[in-house]
Amino acid sequence: MKIYKYSEITPERIYNKRRSFIKSMGYGLGALSISSIPLINAKAKVPNEPTSYEDITTYNNYYEFGTSKSDPHRRAKNFTTRPWSIKIEGHVEKPLELSIEEVLSIKSEERILKLRCVEGWSMIIPWLGFSLSKLLDKVEIKSSAKFVEFETVYNPDEMVGQRYPVLNWPYIEGLRIDEAMHPLTTVVTGLYGKPLPNQNGAPLRIFIPWKYGFKSAKSIVKIRLTEKMPNTAWKNASPREYGFYSNVNPEVDHPRWSQATERVIGESILAPRIKTLMFNGYGDEVAYLYSGMDLKKNY
Amino acid sequence: MKNYSKPTVFLLSLWPIYIITYQIFYNKLGPEPVDRIINYFGEWTLIFILLTLSMTPLKKITKSLEWIKFRRMLGLFAFFYASIHMLSYVGLDYRFDFEPLINDVLKKKFVFIGFSAWLLLVPLAITSSDKMLRLLRHNWKKLHRLIYIIAIFGSLHFIWLSKTILFKPLIYLIILLFLLSFRIKFKKST
Repeated sequence: MKIYKYSEITPERIYNKRRSFIKSMGYGLGALSISSIPLINAKAKVPNEPTSYEDITTYNNYYEFGTSKSDPHRRAKNFTTRPWSIKIEGHVEKPLELSIEEVLSIKSEERILKLRCVEGWSMIIPWLGFSLSKLLDKVEIKSSAKFVEFETVYNPDEMVGQRYPVLNWPYIEGLRIDEAMHPLTTVVTGLYGKPLPNQNGAPLRIFIPWKYGFKSAKSIVKIRLTEKMPNTAWKNASPREYGFYSNVNPEVDHPRWSQATERVIGESILAPRIKTLMFNGYGDEVAYLYSGMDLKKNY
Repeated sequence: MKNYSKPTVFLLSLWPIYIITYQIFYNKLGPEPVDRIINYFGEWTLIFILLTLSMTPLKKITKSLEWIKFRRMLGLFAFFYASIHMLSYVGLDYRFDFEPLINDVLKKKFVFIGFSAWLLLVPLAITSSDKMLRLLRHNWKKLHRLIYIIAIFGSLHFIWLSKTILFKPLIYLIILLFLLSFRIKFKKST
C-alpha cells in the first residue's frame, strides 16, 4: 500500500469545493467548455481552485448598491434585469440594439479567471461567458474608433447607491480597441454554471482579468466606440490614484493599498499574503499590447 | 453603587474583545478575516478616543466630577485597541515583514499618520499612573493635551484610507470636532 504524505491529500474543504464545482458543471455545460478550462489556466499560470460560490456572491464591490461589500448581496435581490437590451453604437458602420435574450444565445463557455481588486485581494471565479470581440464583430467598427466605452444602467429607484454622489453615475468604464478585442476580454453571462447573480453584475457584465476589478463594468446597457479616451468613473473621481489602464502591476504602488501582494479571499486568518503577478498572471497573453509603453506612467 | 462603577466600565470596555473572540471562534469574520480584524480594532480605537474626550464635556454638562475617574481607563483602552490594531496590521497581515511595512509608513500618508498617532499614544500610556502625574506636575497636563492631536490624526487616518467620500469617517470627524469645541469654549471662559 502506498503511503501518502500529508501534502498529497486533498483537504476536505478543497475536495468539497471540487465536488460542488463538478456538480455545477452539470448545469447544461458541454464537454467543449470543460476542455477550454485547462487551456486558459495553463497559460495563465494562476492556481485554478475557485473561490467558494458564497464568497463570490456575498463579497462584492458594486457601489450602485452601496459602498459596503455586503450591500450588493442584500440590496440587489429584486433588481430588474428583464426586459434588458444593450446598444452598441458610436463609430460603427452598423449600430445595433440587442435584447438580452439575443446576447445570451451566443454560446458561453466556462472561463476560470482570477479577479484582482485594487484594494489588494483576489478571487478565482469560474465565469461563464464569451469574448467581447464576438459582439464587436457584429457592428463593423470604423477605423476612426480608438476606444470602447461601457456604460452601466442608471436606475436609482432600484440601485440605491446611485442616489448618492459617491461616483459620477452612470458608471463608465473603457478599454483601448485592441484590449477590447483581446480574446480574454470576456462578456460574462454567468458563474459556477448558473446565470449571473444580480450582485455580480446581472444580466451582463464584462471581465478583464489582467486589470483591477473596477475596470470590469457591471449591468451594461451601452457599448460605445469612441475616438477619445473615455472619462472612466474612478479615474474621474481621483486621477492620481486610478489610471485609465489600471493593469494589475505589483510595481506601481497605490497611495492606499499595497499592490505587491494580495490576500486570497476565503483563506483562513493565518494564511499569508501571496505575491501579485504582473498583469495578474496573464502576461504571456497580454503583455504585447503594451510593448514600448511606460506602464509606470500609464498606470 | 459607586464602588462598582469602575469595574463595570472596565468590563464594558472589553466588549470588542468578547465579540471578536466569538467571531473568530465561530468563523464569522467573513471572506477577508484579516482585513476585518484590522478595521474592527481601528474603529474601536477611534470610539475609545472619542469616549475619552467625552468625559470633560460630560463633566461640564452634568456638573458632576464622577466622569473624570473613567477618563484614564478609557484612554488606556484606546491605547490597548490601537496597539492590537497596529499589531494585527504588522503581524497578522504583513507577518512582521518590515520592508513593505516601512515602505507603507513612508509612502502612504494614511499609514504614516496612523502610525504617528500610535507613537504619540505611547508616552501618554506610560505617564498615565498617579506616580507619573505627581512627578511631571504641570507638564503632565501639557503632555496629555497630545490626545487632541492624536484624535485628529486618527480621524484623518480613517478619512484618508477611505476609497471615496464615505459617511462613517465623516461622522467620526464631526463628533470629534464637536467634542473639541468644548475645549475652545473652556479656554475663553476662564
